[in-house]
Amino acid sequence: MVQLLKVLNNSIQKGLMLKRLQKSQDKVVTFWFEKNPVQAQEGESVAAALLIAGVKYLRYAQVSAKPRMPYCWMGVCYECLLEIDGEQNQQSCLITVKDGMHVRRQLPAIEKI
Amino acid sequence: MIDQTFDLVIIGAGPAGMAGALEAAKHKLSVLVLDEQPEEGGQIFRSISTTERLRPEIFALLGNNYQSGRKLLFSFQRSGVKYFSGASVWLVEADKSVSFLQNGIAHQVKANRLLIATGAQERPVPIPGWTLPGVMGAAAADVLLKSSGAVPSGRVVIAGSGPLMWLAASRFAETEVSILAVLETVNFSNYLQALPYLPQALLASEYLKKGFRIKMQLRKAGIPVLSGVHNLRAEGAKGLEKLYFTHRGNSKSLELDTLLLHEGVVPNTKLTQQLGCDHDWHELQSYWYPLLDQWGNTSVKGVAVAGDCGIVAGALTSEASGHLAALESTFQLGKISQKQRDAAAHPFRKEINHHKAVRPFLEHLYRPNPKILVPQDDSTLVCRCEEVTAGFVRQAVKFGALDLNRVKAYTRCGMGQCQGRMCELTAAEIIAEAQGKSPREVGYFRCRPPLKPITLGQLAGLEKKIKAS
Repeated sequence: MVQLLKVLNNSIQKGLMLKRLQKSQDKVVTFWFEKNPVQAQEGESVAAALLIAGVKYLRYAQVSAKPRMPYCWMGVCYECLLEIDGEQNQQSCLITVKDGMHVRRQLPAIEKI
Repeated sequence: MIDQTFDLVIIGAGPAGMAGALEAAKHKLSVLVLDEQPEEGGQIFRSISTTERLRPEIFALLGNNYQSGRKLLFSFQRSGVKYFSGASVWLVEADKSVSFLQNGIAHQVKANRLLIATGAQERPVPIPGWTLPGVMGAAAADVLLKSSGAVPSGRVVIAGSGPLMWLAASRFAETEVSILAVLETVNFSNYLQALPYLPQALLASEYLKKGFRIKMQLRKAGIPVLSGVHNLRAEGAKGLEKLYFTHRGNSKSLELDTLLLHEGVVPNTKLTQQLGCDHDWHELQSYWYPLLDQWGNTSVKGVAVAGDCGIVAGALTSEASGHLAALESTFQLGKISQKQRDAAAHPFRKEINHHKAVRPFLEHLYRPNPKILVPQDDSTLVCRCEEVTAGFVRQAVKFGALDLNRVKAYTRCGMGQCQGRMCELTAAEIIAEAQGKSPREVGYFRCRPPLKPITLGQLAGLEKKIKAS
């Protein structure tokens, strides 16, 4: 069984945060991050799909504007907050990717002032 | 959905919530189950139906522990119980009305009995640098594998203690995740303190066997396991680059891409705290838990708790406790007699007693390291949202903020989006240590609504609906 597990991309791509462990499936979902199309697989969370695609961080810390990445992956830490389809502060680790979704990073509080 | 009343509203669709719903439905109670995740299963069986359908290889990898959830899930799906996914509860009140948000719309329902089954969360591990991209929980990484089939792609170090850390390590060891090392932060004295509880733990020997198997597996895979590791510190410019630590008195460092931290899991007590239920402090495992009777009843009438949001005891105990709490609700609502309740409870009590045998051993062995619970370095961030450091919390104590809520007012620690979920325990430990007290004496954050972020527009929508009805 272990031998069966072939990582989609065998070589460790430098800089990629996450990789898929499952062989590629047929169902590809395409959504938008900032102005770039991102391809994900059906059933992935928005947060996971972005980090697999090479996005390095999802949000800026409120005060220091330093980059942050999800810590808990279950809806507790709020480090995955993104704007999804115009709605701010969406917990992107709890939301499944859908075709045509528009996803954006939010500005840190310091930039809003 | 306003003012619709259910016999039983269950919050959480993990093992405890699903089992409770099944038991209540069996006795013809009207049941509503609310859960904030996209699908049933809780964290232990997170995304189980999607994983089986879309990611069969990962379903196979996750093994029997995960796959066994299928039985409960199928029964739950076939039970006809009303279930809302993606529903986050932001207010529960003592009259047992429950307000929640689903698809951006606020709803409110009423319950004759309320069952809180919100499970546990991974304990935040506040080491210097834990906010760098690349640092996350070890159980979180396991949840990520279940929910999205993804794993860290670079060099991984796993650090901390507790059964779930070992489980995550063993899962990753079976895949092509490159694990540089497992660093164990358990104090040696924990072994001595746990030893007297070993004979009792042998009654539930399957847990010990599993632990042993995992350690053998890691050895076979050639993954270095270092024990007695202290002073973890993560560094990097924009993301994680290097981990520093001391091992047997020697300073060491590793270059890495992902750091997985773990110091056990703690109950999600936000709802029971908001309801004003009585809580106590768990001295060994350093967390707050609601005081419960043998049926899971809290100190607030009509409100019960099942599963790991009571005391952390694992999935099988949670499932059994869900049955017990639902039987009690059924009895309290006059659908069965006391005798029927007691008779039906018998097998579930037996099950709980079996698994209980291993807990004292595990709780002593994996007692979190006090030096990790209380960040030693003043610059360590305690509150990730408002970026409040350990030093700032200590300063607030010096200025006379002697309890958790006073410190919150002084420093904004706990006022961010996570509403204290990530900083509460750490801040409590710091405040307590600074005064030579137990965290029991510094309290917990007052849980004001909303427990989950909700916009004014969504709130106003609810108001309109209440008036219209």
